Amino acid sequence: MHTKTLTELAQGLRTGEFSSIELTQAFLKRIKQHNHLNAYITVTEELALQNAKDADLRLSNDKADLLTGIPIAQKDIFCTLNIKTSCGSKMLDNFIAPYNATVVEKLNQAGAVMLGKLNMDEFAMGSSNETSHFGAVKNPWNINMVPGGSSGGSAVAVSAGLAVCATGTDTGGSIRQPAALCGITGLKPTYGRVSRYGMIAYASSLDQGGPMARNAEDTAILLQAMAGFDEKDSTSVNIPVPNYCSGLNNSLDGLKIGLPKEFFGEGLNNDVAVILETAINEYRKLGAEIIEISMPTLKLAIPAYYVIAPAECSANLSRFDGVRYGYRCNNPIDLTDLYTRSRGEGFGKEVKRRILMGTYALSAGYYDAYYLKAQKIRRLISQDFKNSFTKVDVIMGPVTPTTAFGIGDKMDDPIEMYLSDIYTIAINLAGLPAMSIPAGFVDGMPVGIQIIGNYFAEDRLLNIAHQYQHVTDWHQHTPKGFE
Amino acid sequence: MEWETVIGLEIHAQLATQSKIFSGAPTAYGAEPNTQACAIDLGMPGVLPVLNEKAVHMAVTFGMAIEARIAPYSVFARKNYFYPDLPKGYQISQMELPIVGAGHLDIDVDGITKRIGITRAHLEEDAGKSVHENFHGLTGIDLNRAGTPLLEIVSEPDMRSAKEAVAYMRKLHELVRYLGVCDGNMQEGSFRCDANVSIRPKGQTEFGTRAEIKNINSFKFVEKAINYEIERQIELLENDSKVIQETRLYDSVKDETRSMRSKEEANDYRYFPDPDLLPVSIDENFKAQIKATLPELPDTKKQRFKTAYNLDDETATILSSSRQLADYFETVVKLSGCEAKLCANWITGDLSAALNKAGLEITDSPVSDIRLAGLLARISDNTISGKIAKQVFEALWQSSSVADDIIAEKGLKQITDTGAIETIIDKIIAENVGQVEQYRSGKDKVFAFFVGQVMKEMQGKANPAEVNKMLKTKLQG
Repeated sequence: MHTKTLTELAQGLRTGEFSSIELTQAFLKRIKQHNHLNAYITVTEELALQNAKDADLRLSNDKADLLTGIPIAQKDIFCTLNIKTSCGSKMLDNFIAPYNATVVEKLNQAGAVMLGKLNMDEFAMGSSNETSHFGAVKNPWNINMVPGGSSGGSAVAVSAGLAVCATGTDTGGSIRQPAALCGITGLKPTYGRVSRYGMIAYASSLDQGGPMARNAEDTAILLQAMAGFDEKDSTSVNIPVPNYCSGLNNSLDGLKIGLPKEFFGEGLNNDVAVILETAINEYRKLGAEIIEISMPTLKLAIPAYYVIAPAECSANLSRFDGVRYGYRCNNPIDLTDLYTRSRGEGFGKEVKRRILMGTYALSAGYYDAYYLKAQKIRRLISQDFKNSFTKVDVIMGPVTPTTAFGIGDKMDDPIEMYLSDIYTIAINLAGLPAMSIPAGFVDGMPVGIQIIGNYFAEDRLLNIAHQYQHVTDWHQHTPKGFE
Repeated sequence: MEWETVIGLEIHAQLATQSKIFSGAPTAYGAEPNTQACAIDLGMPGVLPVLNEKAVHMAVTFGMAIEARIAPYSVFARKNYFYPDLPKGYQISQMELPIVGAGHLDIDVDGITKRIGITRAHLEEDAGKSVHENFHGLTGIDLNRAGTPLLEIVSEPDMRSAKEAVAYMRKLHELVRYLGVCDGNMQEGSFRCDANVSIRPKGQTEFGTRAEIKNINSFKFVEKAINYEIERQIELLENDSKVIQETRLYDSVKDETRSMRSKEEANDYRYFPDPDLLPVSIDENFKAQIKATLPELPDTKKQRFKTAYNLDDETATILSSSRQLADYFETVVKLSGCEAKLCANWITGDLSAALNKAGLEITDSPVSDIRLAGLLARISDNTISGKIAKQVFEALWQSSSVADDIIAEKGLKQITDTGAIETIIDKIIAENVGQVEQYRSGKDKVFAFFVGQVMKEMQGKANPAEVNKMLKTKLQG
């Protein structure tokens, strides 16, 4: 059952082939069975079965949504009422959220069954899921390899069949990079398309929640339920949500695909490049026109990102002070001691590194040189994309320079780790939507390609991904031992 | 040496919104600790601020009243510092692009009008408060106040004495209450002041080093704190010492200011635009709507009271000092049909005295404008005398009856029947032969004795003018 798509499962629930309870039990069993992957931080078994029971009733009343009764899982960055919401951190290991994130609320309303909360890099800071307080997540394609991050638990849960689909969040590539490294489909929506309310903030101007699933169609269904204006999030955008499924079969004839030459230079692994080329050929066959473009500002994305994101995070994480909730050190002698030790002991190394970088970048005397300059670069990058979209409909490129690297390989070299997001970060700075879809394997490890669209062109991206998945079967591969 | 004082004030006015600036929690004062703080006010993980439009409305209203430039585009910024009563570890405020730009306010000191520049006014959220009582060495945190909207109004360093500073503060206090944007309750902290004070040799153009006195919450203390600070700084400079730039606190018990932290200890607030909030755009339409509902401002009202009602400057100032008092006055004039001066005298006289004694505001007056008007109408049509009116006013204050009923019930109607008055006068003259002799021999003062006797006999109800006239004729014999 776990290799079936969401659409197939929704069909099965309707024909009575199986009930949501049965489906949920099957997934709960798999989660236990593959516990060693460490994809889940919390499994909400009781709640899931209750959800499933409610869903079965709803299905029998013909009031069901496509997601009704479908077992999904939430990245542990989304607040869930009365359920531990840790954000992958010791700081929030004891934190029971008093409310639901808007995304959680919406999926609940759609009748989805929540299996649990998924592992992630601490506060979404990381590209390998190794910074989690709850331990590294293992890539089902090779358990010695990282699944990518920060939504590593989400990618693994979908890839290993421990959830039908999952939510993720993407600040610099955190949906697309793990999706690519685990061979699944992930979409980072336009900034403002999905509410950030209740999604624990890392870098507010870059964070965006999105769907992760087995294929483009499932991704479309999940996005449909997640997207929409939320008056609780001032940065969410009040424009109607299109039907993401209705255009999936549109023809790609005449589609103009831009390939920025900066995406194909030094640093990109040769085997990955070959896979990309093959995929692009496939699109040619589907009627697309391939146009080489140049985006000279792309190389500035990583330095700009590593000023803006830490700057925002340095303020966003100030609320974790040991005063109202979360981790508090033992026997503080005074206020300074309470702050210093609670934060010193509660946060991991990478989080502390970014808080320090951000604090430094915002300090008196450095603000103009770092923060303001990074903001200028950010505008240039957006402009560069805007210009490109006057010439092409979508932009394609790699998601990651290589396939998944080994657990522990890059933990002592932050710069090397940061470079694994080199192709994804610019998209967050510009606030654009982008997808990662499976396009092949190198030495048994999945490779993804990235499709970047104009603002609010999620429907077009899904259409382009779906058409590719119609003629290829990379998305149908299942890691060995998880069939 | 002769010294000149330079003062600038930063006033925090709490905006009178029902809910907080970035959440839907109520702002009412005095609730049980932490019962008026929602997830957003508590800085829970994942929550986001949403700007209260009413707060923007009020800030713009204020800006228009001081003829300031309203920023078409203003930005909220995070002011970062750690404190237990600051839940997010940053305060949402405005730094580079405040909502209200440069404006001004005119003050009157010793009969001279002076224009005080207002640099800017910006929106921000208040913090909670630390509670030290009853926690046995620990500190309690009450976040009810966290997220309450504040308008920080920053003046130019245009004031030259504590008196001017207080006049400015009073004028601003009057204005915000007029506009209904702040309740002005200083005891509850709705209107509080930081004063920047420096001195310099008279004639020098550069400013001296300033000290900032934080959180002063009464007019009296502002005056005392500034005067203390001026003396302290003069003392330092005249003894070859230096004023250091620092933040000071005013201790009202000891009547002194003392150092809180020096410039070196000051926080680096690391301001940056809050990515959770969009910039605030204010268009001409929004401004036009506010302009249309802007009330008549105190200065304009005062001028109108002087010309339309022929009031003297002092009375006009008092009556225009609050919108409610001014409205009360105008309603009384309209409903009583009396001369405005009579109404003004009663309101600034008997009514104000009674309110002061009872510690009440005009809005809580037991004698409503309608009931006072009813009383004054009876003075003006000679139904009762001014003296009897005081008696009726007492009764109005105590009861909910109207003046006419009180007059009828107590039989206070003035006697204008000359026959009745004459009978009494004859009786008094007959009973006081000695005094009649005195009067006739030129002791005019005795006349008052006769008036008094007649009035006493008639329980004050005789028309005084009639009594005077008739007595004079009779006594002259």
